[in-house]
Amino acid sequence: MNAELLGVIVMFVATLLLSVPLGRYIAKVYAGDRIWTDVIFNPVEKLFFKLSRINPTKEMTWKQSLTAMLTINMIWLLWAMFCLTNQSWLPWNPDHNPSQTPDQAFNTAVSFVVNCNLQDYSGETGATYFSQVFALMFLQFASAGTGMAAAAAVFNGLKERTTDKLGNFYNYFIKSCIRILLPICILIATIHAFNGTPMTLKGMDTITTMQGDTVHVSTGPVAAFVAIKHLGTNGGGYYGANSAHPLENPNYFTNMVQMIAQILIPFAMVFAMGFYLRRKKLAWVIWTVMTIGFLLLVIPTVISEVNGNPQIAKMGVMQPNGNMEGKEVRFSSYATAFWSIATTVISTGSVNGMHDSFMPISGMNMLLGMMVNSFYGGVGVGFLNFFVYLIIAVFIGGLMVGRTPEFLGKKVEAKEMKIASIVALLHPFLILVFTALACYFASHNTNMGWWFTDASGKHGASGWLNNPSYHGFSEMLYQYTSCSANNGSGFEGLADNNPFWNITAAIVLLFSRFLPIIGPVAIAGILAQKKFIPESGGTLKTDTGTFGLLILAVKVIIAALAFFPALALGPLAEFFGMK
Amino acid sequence: MKKELLSSLLLTLVCIIFFCVVYTGIVYIIALIGPNKGEGEKIATKNGKYYYANLAQSFSADKYFWSRPSAVGYNAAGSGGSNKGPNNPDYLADVQKRIDSFMAHNPDVKKSDVPSDLITASGSGLDPDISIQGAIVQIPRIAKIRGLSQEAVKELVSKHIDKPLLGFLGPEKVNVLKLNIDLDNLK
Repeated sequence: MNAELLGVIVMFVATLLLSVPLGRYIAKVYAGDRIWTDVIFNPVEKLFFKLSRINPTKEMTWKQSLTAMLTINMIWLLWAMFCLTNQSWLPWNPDHNPSQTPDQAFNTAVSFVVNCNLQDYSGETGATYFSQVFALMFLQFASAGTGMAAAAAVFNGLKERTTDKLGNFYNYFIKSCIRILLPICILIATIHAFNGTPMTLKGMDTITTMQGDTVHVSTGPVAAFVAIKHLGTNGGGYYGANSAHPLENPNYFTNMVQMIAQILIPFAMVFAMGFYLRRKKLAWVIWTVMTIGFLLLVIPTVISEVNGNPQIAKMGVMQPNGNMEGKEVRFSSYATAFWSIATTVISTGSVNGMHDSFMPISGMNMLLGMMVNSFYGGVGVGFLNFFVYLIIAVFIGGLMVGRTPEFLGKKVEAKEMKIASIVALLHPFLILVFTALACYFASHNTNMGWWFTDASGKHGASGWLNNPSYHGFSEMLYQYTSCSANNGSGFEGLADNNPFWNITAAIVLLFSRFLPIIGPVAIAGILAQKKFIPESGGTLKTDTGTFGLLILAVKVIIAALAFFPALALGPLAEFFGMK
Repeated sequence: MKKELLSSLLLTLVCIIFFCVVYTGIVYIIALIGPNKGEGEKIATKNGKYYYANLAQSFSADKYFWSRPSAVGYNAAGSGGSNKGPNNPDYLADVQKRIDSFMAHNPDVKKSDVPSDLITASGSGLDPDISIQGAIVQIPRIAKIRGLSQEAVKELVSKHIDKPLLGFLGPEKVNVLKLNIDLDNLK
């Protein structure tokens, strides 16, 4: 077996081995059990609660939890907007970068609040050290904590009891940030600092190259940023080139660490659910379904990247390393292809190669990963998205075999189904409607006025495409899919830093973040209030392989029916056009 | 609602202090203990200056090994790739031009021996490495222009091959900058 393939397999296996104990730890944290880390974290936590006047033992209903979540997110949005639009005069701006325009700041602030990290700016020139740390990195912690807290509330709602309380949102949030994210982040940041990732406040450096050119080198507090960027499945890079940048991701070892960091918590949350609810078998069924989906996407992608670009093969050169456009030699096609699917099935959206330059089949699989959005999914929210499909599968399964749909001893009825359906349909609705809109403008080359200006000062909408034909369509489809999945990666050729893309993307982001959190938390809240029915012979078993297959089928059917036409026009057409 | 707002504001403030100041401070101090005081891996030069080992430099002269093409002109203050699709006619024309230019500078090489990493732009525009094959095809040119034997240059290249992580994970590669520094030292 070759070393490049082995590297990828080791990454995956290592993540699984680490995530089971972490899942057990997370379950204990949310259950409030005593753990050995209490010695360090109890005093810190008490300080947090005292300073912010929160009583962590006061339980909240699902409505109160959601109010708390939305209120604090609103404050974060305003804070980030303030930082980004005023960064030019705020401290820590050694490179003298300008403030962001209002539409760009709106897009950036929204996308970091919602854990997406779509970046219409480039880190080197578009953000100051202050913004990177106090706005963006802060939100990377906060948005990850929000997703995890929402998942914890859902876990709580699924316990075998009848109640209208789902625990305290602030308590879950603070525990997630301090006890789970922080210690692992310090470890990851340390590894990076020792492997050549900068962690300095000195500002831009200037060197003279061997051939005598003068080159400016952007540095900054990168190591601290990279850690939470991956652990929180945020994905927003410190540098414009994200994890392809040799200072942000210096070698194969840091690449493995970043890869493991981003899949770790999405894996662990599934196992945490198993430990928390004492349903380990259900956790393994869910994990297996997710993994089958992941493998179905990642294997063809690795093959198509490793085989290289047939158009370049025609020119008579060799492609021993596969399709190398937009990739880095130190990672190779294997690790970059693996990363591209991992980052899209999870909602990280960091890249270590430029997705726009991948082969059509790879592009399609990345899109599919985001369209399904719950083969693992982002921290916390990945489980929530899966939960929505699970409820739908319970309902369909129940009807198929003529049994009352029940999940974990609670009846699933019309109200829950309505919420689940709305959440499941929202995703294709947002993606397709907005892509259709953008396509209309691009194909008619509509004069967009102040909404869009290309590099040469023209306002024609077709100017925002970097590639012609089917690939151009894929660029627009990818952008809204990435937004709606709260992913944040992009076909970066798209000229997206203008009012049209900044604002429409931000709208999609807001809807696609908060409704899919509100929905599952509401379902869990409603289910928690229902009478608990002990399992009997008439119960539809949800922790079996058969039920796992049913969930997979539900996902495939929803995704295929909704998205196949769009995929046929984009990556599939490009693929068949290449032969 | 009012209490919610106050708690949220206070909690935000505490979090900002804790995660932006305390966490960043801890990492900053750890980095100071680390190699290069958190300023990235540097290579000192003879005249008291330094290069960044991980950042590709532009090598256009025939006497040096070339780095991979860069879509951003090796700008270490504005990284990025070409973002061109694999089927884009403009992109394919660019690649063809790079092949032609490479062949013109390396007439002793067969086209089928040229690896694609030398004629495609990297993801960051700053990729410090080339593949082993990417170094090997440049040996005849370098040897000729420097008046060295091909064996001597080949030996230097093989000394600069970075083995996979732990010997079995990931690709082999050659750091162009380190190779060129030692090439200048070769007599």
